[in-house]
Amino acid sequence: MTLAGRNLTIGYSDRVVGRGLDVALKQGEVLALLGPNGGGKTTLLKTLLGILKPLAGEAQIDGRSLDAFSIRDRARRVAYVPQVHNPTFAFTVETVVLMGRTAHGGLFSRPSSRDREVANRALDEFGIGHLKERAYTMISGGERQLVLLARALAQEPQFIVLDEPTASLDFGNQGKVMREIRALAASGLGVLFTTHDPNHALRAADRAYLLRDGACVAEGEVKHVLTSEQLQELYRAPIERLIDATTGASAFLPG
Amino acid sequence: MTQRFIPGLLIATAVLVAGLIVAFAIGRYPVGLGELFDVLWSRASGRPSSAPEATENVILLVRGPRVIAAVLVGAALAVAGAAFQGLFRNPLVSPDILGASSGAALGAVLGIYFSLGVIGIELLAFGGGLIAVAAVYGIGSALQSRDPILVLVLTGVVVGALLGAGVGLVKYLADPYNQLPAMTFWLLGSLAATNAGDLIPLAGPVALGTIVLVALRWRMNVMSLPEEEARALGVATGPMRIAIVVAATLVTSASVAASGVIGWVGLVVPHLARALVGPDFPKLLPTCALLGGGYLLLIDTLARTMAPIEIPLGILTAVIGTPFFIWLLASMQRNWS
Repeated sequence: MTLAGRNLTIGYSDRVVGRGLDVALKQGEVLALLGPNGGGKTTLLKTLLGILKPLAGEAQIDGRSLDAFSIRDRARRVAYVPQVHNPTFAFTVETVVLMGRTAHGGLFSRPSSRDREVANRALDEFGIGHLKERAYTMISGGERQLVLLARALAQEPQFIVLDEPTASLDFGNQGKVMREIRALAASGLGVLFTTHDPNHALRAADRAYLLRDGACVAEGEVKHVLTSEQLQELYRAPIERLIDATTGASAFLPG
Repeated sequence: MTQRFIPGLLIATAVLVAGLIVAFAIGRYPVGLGELFDVLWSRASGRPSSAPEATENVILLVRGPRVIAAVLVGAALAVAGAAFQGLFRNPLVSPDILGASSGAALGAVLGIYFSLGVIGIELLAFGGGLIAVAAVYGIGSALQSRDPILVLVLTGVVVGALLGAGVGLVKYLADPYNQLPAMTFWLLGSLAATNAGDLIPLAGPVALGTIVLVALRWRMNVMSLPEEEARALGVATGPMRIAIVVAATLVTSASVAASGVIGWVGLVVPHLARALVGPDFPKLLPTCALLGGGYLLLIDTLARTMAPIEIPLGILTAVIGTPFFIWLLASMQRNWS
C-alpha cells in the first residue's frame, strides 16, 4: 500500500502554501519531512491525512483519492500523532489509547473487551503499561508522546503520520521515539514524520523529503539527500558535518 | 483525586436518595420517614395506606410533582452542561453559552406578555431556545475562522446579550401589576408552580435528548480532543457537533420551559461529577444525572424552607455558583502556569 500526494497544491482557502508536490510513502518505510519554519511541512502533513483538502491535485491511498474513503475508513488506514499538548480533561492513559479504537467501533458503541486488549497491547509495546490508570495530564511530556504513539498503534493503521514527534522531548526520550519509529516500520507500517533535526532523519528515516517555501528541494534516500550542501541550501545557514572515523557514521551541527 | 466509577456512582446515588428523603420529609407539613415509605409503598403495591389522607396528599400531589421536576431539571442541566463543556473543550462553559437559556427566557416572557396559557408559554420558551441556538450556530459557522469553537462561544455571548435586551424590552412594556411579577418570578427560576401536568412536556424532551447524548457517550470523549485529532480518529466532527448541540439544547430548553432560568447547575455539577469519576463520558453522564438531580432537590428544599417566603432557585444557585466559579478560575490558573 502507498500513501501518496500527486501534484498537490496545498494551503488554505485564502492562502496557497505549496505547489506541485509529489510525495509517496510505502508500507515498511520511514519518510522524514524536513524544512525551515513556514515551509509547508505541517500543511503537507495535514493534506496527506485528509484533514485539509488539497487545493489541486490529489492525496491518495493506493491510487484511490482520500475523498473516496469515509472519515472512518481513512482513520483505519492512516493514524495521526499530533504534537504533545496539554489536554483539557484528565482522561486516564488507558482511555486516551482506547480513543484510537473509535474508528473500529459503531457510532453508538463504546470500546469492547477486544478493543481493550488491543489498547493494552499497544501500551505494552511502548513499555508504558504501568501508566494505564494514571491521568494523561499528570505524566511527563515524553510519556505523553509514547501514549499518543500507542493510541496511533491501537488504531491498527497501515500508515502513521507524526507531527514533530521529538519537539518537546529531552535527549533520552528523543532517542526512544526514534527507536520506536524504526520498530513501527519494521513491523510493516509506513511512517511519515516532520522534524527540525536532520540527525533524527539520519537516525530513523529511510528517505527524506526537503521542503522550502512550499516546493520540494530534494527527495530520496537519506544518505544521498542529507548532505551539507543540500542542508545549507535548505536552511540558508551554515552547517558542519561530523564523521566518525571508525564507523563512517555522520551527524550535522548547525552554525 | 480518585476516579473510581463504582464508589463515585454510589456517592452520587446517595446524594440523590438523601435529596429525595429530605425533599419529601421537610416542609411546612413535616412528613415522617415511616409515613413516607408507607405511602410510597402503598402506591407501588396498590394496598391502602395507613397514613392520614393529608399526608398522602402532601406526598403525592404537592411534593411529588415538584420533587420529580427538580430531579429531571437538575439532571437535564447537569448532563447538558457536561456535554457543552466537553464539546467546547472548556470546563467554564454551561448550557447558557449558546443562547439556549436566554432564547428560552425571551420566548417565555413573550408568552406571559401575550397572556398565553402554560402550554403556550412552554412552547414559546422551547422554540426560543432552539431558534437562539440555531442563530448562534448559523452565524458562528458563517464567520469562517481557524478557531470555530471560540467564534461560536463569542457569538453565543453576543446573541445572548441581544436576547437579554429583548427580555428587558418585554418587561418594560409589560403590565407592571399582572405580568411583570410573573415574568420576574419566572426569570429567577422556580419549581413552586409545578404540577403533575407539567411533568410530561418536561420529561419527554429531557429523556429524548439524554438518550441521544448517552448513545454518543464514547464519541463525546473523542469530541473533547482538538478538532483535527478527532477527525483523524475517525469521527465526522461536523455532524457529530450538531447532534450533540441539538440534544443538549433540547434538554436545556425543556427544563427552562418548566422551571424558568436556573443558572450555574450545568456548570457546577459536571465539575463535582468529574471529581468523583473522572472525565470519561460513559461514566460521567450517569454520575452527572444522579448528582444533578440530588443537587437541585437539595437546593429546592432549601428554597422553600429556609425563609417564610420562597426564595427563587436562580438566586440560590448563583450564591453557590459564583464563589465556585471563582475558585475554579483560580485553581485552573495554577494548572496553566
